[in-house]
Formats: sequence, structure tokens, C-alpha cells
Amino acid sequence: MQFEPVLTKGVGVVDLTDIDVYEAQGGYQGLRKALTMEPQGIVDEVKKANLRGRGGAGFPAGVKWGFLPNDGRPRYLTINADESEPGTCNNRTLIYANPHQLIEGILITAYANRITQSFIYIRGEFKRGAEILVKAIEQARAKGYLGNNILGTAYSQEITVHRGAGAYICGEESALLNSLEGRRGEPRVKPPFPAVVGLYGCPTIINNVETISCVPHIIGRGAEWFTSISANPSNPKSCGPKMFTVSGCVNRPGNYELPIGTTLREVIEIAGGMKDGRAFKAAQPGGSSSPLLGPQHLDTPMDFESVAAAGSMLGTAAVMVYDETVDLVEVALYWAKFYSHESCGQCTNCREGTYWLERVWERILAGGGNEADVKMIADMRTQMAGTTICVLSDAAVFYPGSLLKLFPEELDRYIKKAKEVRPA
Amino acid sequence: MSKDPHSKTVSIKEVPAPTWPETCRDEVAAIVKRYPEGQERSAVLPLLHLSMREREGHFVAVSDMAAIAEICGVSTAYVDSVCSFYAMYHRHPIGKYLITVCGNMVCHLIGGGNKLVEHIEKTYGIKNGETTPDGLITLEVTGECLAACDLAPVVHVNTEYAVKMTPAKFDGLVAALRSGKGPDAFLEKLPLMNGQSQDEWTGFETKAEEN
Repeated sequence: MQFEPVLTKGVGVVDLTDIDVYEAQGGYQGLRKALTMEPQGIVDEVKKANLRGRGGAGFPAGVKWGFLPNDGRPRYLTINADESEPGTCNNRTLIYANPHQLIEGILITAYANRITQSFIYIRGEFKRGAEILVKAIEQARAKGYLGNNILGTAYSQEITVHRGAGAYICGEESALLNSLEGRRGEPRVKPPFPAVVGLYGCPTIINNVETISCVPHIIGRGAEWFTSISANPSNPKSCGPKMFTVSGCVNRPGNYELPIGTTLREVIEIAGGMKDGRAFKAAQPGGSSSPLLGPQHLDTPMDFESVAAAGSMLGTAAVMVYDETVDLVEVALYWAKFYSHESCGQCTNCREGTYWLERVWERILAGGGNEADVKMIADMRTQMAGTTICVLSDAAVFYPGSLLKLFPEELDRYIKKAKEVRPA
Repeated sequence: MSKDPHSKTVSIKEVPAPTWPETCRDEVAAIVKRYPEGQERSAVLPLLHLSMREREGHFVAVSDMAAIAEICGVSTAYVDSVCSFYAMYHRHPIGKYLITVCGNMVCHLIGGGNKLVEHIEKTYGIKNGETTPDGLITLEVTGECLAACDLAPVVHVNTEYAVKMTPAKFDGLVAALRSGKGPDAFLEKLPLMNGQSQDEWTGFETKAEEN
């Protein structure tokens, strides 16, 4: 199937940050069409399109929208642009190079859910991205797409851009809400879910940049068109275009927009193949939190279900590719350091667990590891996963767990070396 | 100088009182107005950014926190607790250019960022968190990913991306900063797609220069 880019049409070719250029490419037609529809009709269309959340969990966006209670409290829409999963940079491209698509998506989503105030929570490091968004919002306002009585209808909308200040955990939706409320970015206990008690205690929708960027196209071209986009039609549960960030040991690392369900092998080939022709060793298909895939998984279609069946998760589709020269134990130490640095410290199992994981990997890499350390890592999987408020703790043990399962020899090499130096 | 970016070595007596509540009165009012009525607390993060931008040395002083606390209707200690949570708020003066090297796995281990940091430490005599004696450059190595893994290794120059950094390119960047030319020639114009190369791409130059 010939695939034409949807979300990144024109990116790197024309300057889409200019509203006239975006309009000339068909921009804001989705909004115009949406405003002629009933709000519930839009929610139904997005449900029918089976738009799965692109932020990692893959929860259907339309279903999420349906959870908002109708009790007269104000409702808010919050866009998660706190892209901080290591290996992921597709939101950066979508914000810096195509901001109007996101704004159009927000306008449609807010209209569909009878929301009049939206927030974009953008990570602090994207300072220019925030400036680009503010500029785009002003351009949209000047054209009558934003503000009061949009395009002559009764619909009004304000969008506020809120910059974070450097915390991975604020990508977790309830931590994001706390940060947006001016608090420390600590995740909240769920339930209640944000759809019921969210921002300022009110019903709140939180969606990722990429998810919302899909909305104008679904409304403009219909749910059927959207569901027809898939490289793996045998799995109808995942569909649509997906941004893949390919990084690591490939010839042309970059952001690639591909139909969901493209196999891992194809993704690597599209990114120029393995660097210097070296052999593929492993890949993480969805950022640092996703378990490893090995050479036996190269033909896995990259959709939510197939990657899960292979023992990993699609996550943010940030494909990090490792070749034979990469020491996966060294990678483990990087992840351990990262999670221990970014743990918010609320839950003991995560705060202490990530700390000790870092110490154990350091010890192993320094040549002082033994079998007890390997057992400790295996034990930590059960002690840390599923025992905390948010899933950072789980994410921290996915990689070590898959390393033990798929590449035990990587660790054994270190343990064996340690034994030779210091026999028991 | 202390290595801990959150240490409270700068006491309230050593630094002048903030001028931004006066000089940026309109901007402060606009920030508070962005949030629903009664939710002034939301302005804590943007005001911390603002206070850091306005202060000489680009850091948050206790007096800044007190001013923010008053605007947002919370205590100074509360603002401090929020401030200390986030890595981008500095608690002591930094150089004119904050150079942040991505210390995450793809940039550091595979992209060669670890060698870049070694080079910087050796050539310029500064370690993570330290500033050059002339006050020009502060080096920071992040734990967080800077979200440009396709262009590894990346560094931020005051939050603007400089991509595919090599020791030689870095020396060129520092020379440009020292000569007063600024970092513009080394910065990424816009993120690209499909593994396009920033070096070959001419793009819409005039637009990007404005930023």
C-alpha cells in the first residue's frame, strides 16, 4: 500500500508555522466541517475511527472523552506535550514544524466535548516550541478560529500554553495536572481519574500531541479512511498513521511517519538499515520504558497488540536500535540512573528501588557483581512493578526484566569475569 | 562554586531585591490572567521562569520566591518546595550561556556524548554544574532526554538545539560565543523529517533567523 504522510505532510518542505501556508494545504477545513456537526457526532466519529492514544498506553481517545460526567462543572482539555520518554522526539517535530494542526485538533476536540478552556502543557526545554505555539495561537485568533464566537458560531475557546520546568514525571497525566496547578509534579492516586476529578478538581481530558493532531484528519476525511490505514490489516484494533522515532545504531536516524503495523524490520530498513552494516542485536520499540525485543522479533508488526504479544509495548513508538557493539548492561545502567534521577520520591518502592537498581548495575559494571545481584534484579521486578501510585516504578524494571529473559549471557559475562578476578 | 544546582548558598542579603514585579507588571498580570479565577497558584511555574530570566545571573533568589508567593497567594516556603522539584530552576548564578549536554542513553552512549563531555571538561576546565571563570558558559549534563535522539548527540544553548555535536563543532561554538557572535550559526533551524540532514537543508532561512 502506498502511504502518504498525514500528520507530517509538508514538514521539511514548506513553512507550516505560517497559517496561510497551512490553510493552503487544506488546514482548518476539519474545524469548519466540525462546526457544522453535532458535538456528539464528532465523539462518535472519533470512536469509530478507533483513535488510540499515542502517548504510550494506547487507550481509545473517543472512549476517554465519553467518561466526562455531565454535572455542570467546568471542563478542561489538557494537551500533554511534556515529551520526555527517552528516545522519543516526534512531538517536537509536530509542535515545532506543524503547530496549527495541533491547534485545529484542540479546537475540534474542545468543541466535541463542550469545553471552553484548553491548556497545552509543554516541557520546559521546548522554550521555542512554546513560543511557536503562542505565535500560532495569535495567528489563529486573527483569522477568527479562536476566541469568542468562532467563525460566527456560539462556540468559544481559549488555549493557554504552560511551560514545565524539567521533570520526566510530569508526562504522567496526574503529575502533569499537579504541575499545571502550580504544585510539585507528583502523581495523584487514581481513582478518581482525571476525567472525573482532574484539573482544578474538574472533569479533564488529557491527550497526547500526536493523538490530537490526528483529529482534524479524522473529521476531514472520515473514520473509514482512518481505519483503512494500517500495514497489518489482520489486526483491526490498531489503525492510523504513526510517528516512529528511530534512533541508535541505524544509518539515518529520524522521525518517520508510517502506517501503524509496519514491521520492526521495515522500520529499520526505512531508517537506512543498520549502521555500517553491523548485525542487529536488540531494539526497544517504545522508549526506555519498553522491554527489549531480540532478532527473533524483527518481523513483529509495530502495532499495539502485536508488540504486546512479543512481550514488549509500542509505547511512544520510539525505536531504539542496538547493534552487536552495544553493551546492553551499560544501557541498563543509563536507564537505572535516569529512573533514579526522575523518581518523584513519593512511593518508597520506587524511590528506594530505583536507587538500589542504580547501585547494583554500577557494581556489576565495575566487575564486582555476583549471582546474588542477578537474583536481586529479578526480585526487584516483583517488588517494584504494580506497587506504586504511578507506573514509573514499573517502567524502571521492564528493561532489566527483559534483559534477564532475552540476553542472560550479557550479564553472565560480567559475573563470570568478576569470579575470575575474585574466586569465591 | 557549589556543584549542587539547588544549594542555598546565595543568601537573601547578597542579592538585590527583584525588580520584575515593577518592570514586568503587565506581563505578570497577563500570566496570572491566563488561569481561571482563584487559581493563581498555577502562575508559580511561569513566574519562576520569568524571575530567572530577569535576574542577573539567571537564578531564583529567595526574594524572588517571596514576590511570587505574594502574587500567587501561597507561602514562600511553598514556592521553594515547588522550585526545588524542577531541574530547570537554578538556585545560584549561572553563566551567560547555559550549555546543556543531553546525558541520556542515545546521545551519551551511542551518539558519543560521553566523549563530548570529557572534551569539554578537559578543554574548558569546567565540570557538570560549573561556570567558566569569565562567566560565559555554564555546563550542565542532564539526566533527562532532550528529545532530539534522531540528531544525537545534542546540546542546548539556552534551550535552543545544537545538533550532531562533535568536539570540533563545540569548539567552534564556544569561539563564536567568546567573540560575541552568538550561537546562531550553530543552532538547528527546524526539526526535519525522514532522516533529512540539517547541514544539507536550506529550508526557509529568513524565517528561522528571526527566532
